[in-house]
Amino acid sequence: MSYKYHQFQVVGRGLPTETEEQPKIYRMKLWATNEVRAKSKFWYYLRKLKKVKKSNGQMLAINEIFEKNPTTIKNYGIWLRYQSRTGYHNMYKEYRDTTLNGAIEQMYTEMASRHRVRHHCIQVIKTATIPAKLCKRESTKQFHNSKIKFPLVFKKVRPPTRKLKTTYKASRPNLFV
Amino acid sequence: MPFKRYVEIGRIALVNYGKDYGKLVVIVDVIDQNRALVDAPDMVRGQINFKRLTLTDIKIDIKRVPNKKTLIAALEAADVKNKWESSSWGRKLIVQKKRASLNDFDRFKIMLAKIKKAGVVRQELAKLKKETTA
Repeated sequence: MSYKYHQFQVVGRGLPTETEEQPKIYRMKLWATNEVRAKSKFWYYLRKLKKVKKSNGQMLAINEIFEKNPTTIKNYGIWLRYQSRTGYHNMYKEYRDTTLNGAIEQMYTEMASRHRVRHHCIQVIKTATIPAKLCKRESTKQFHNSKIKFPLVFKKVRPPTRKLKTTYKASRPNLFV
Repeated sequence: MPFKRYVEIGRIALVNYGKDYGKLVVIVDVIDQNRALVDAPDMVRGQINFKRLTLTDIKIDIKRVPNKKTLIAALEAADVKNKWESSSWGRKLIVQKKRASLNDFDRFKIMLAKIKKAGVVRQELAKLKKETTA
């Protein structure tokens, strides 16, 4: 499963000066498609929080964070701040996924489809894995059922590889499961 | 027209698209409306879209997300492999695979066998025809 958004831990600080020998070190966890973008994002957020820029700061470390248990399903809660056409809003969304990167990717695509918000207008405030009892959204709570059972109502007939795809078929497909 | 094959924990499904094409996998948990967590004895547990699965009639008795050892034991207990290979669907797939892997000598042998079988059938037919006309 290749994810578009990777999670990075970025560590940086302002450059040491005569007045400040040991400036405070700041660490941030953020999502970006690659390391270069992650570093840029780090300075963007840090500028908004402290009086430091990339020109008078230094990057100390950047590491990718990988999912610890990508084979278990978790409920992720994501708090975000996004810019709509009329102003900034906060939002809390829940997703069920195996990895945090997958949940973030779902969040970006859902915000784009439901609210027409593009990736650069979204800021992730906080993410957390939520235990099933504390989930707030019905759409995630409906899957918290150890005896879950539902039929697949509609069978899509597909050729097993893209190479075998043809424009015309001899007969209409049978869509019953 | 009610539904007989349900997506449920323990349902055996056949992968019909992608890297694991043709494999029999067990649905071990449901992630959401479109995806399931799926496991098989020879692969790492992972997620797969329902569009890539075709459900079978076979279902085994497992709890949500068992560990590999329990899963393999449950598959043995339910005798999934034999049930699949003796079902008409399973047999058809085995024949397809065999046909695809024939070499020229095998095809020659098959041609001779077909001719022989057709000859025997025609003899019997001729015998029956003679009886009815006589």
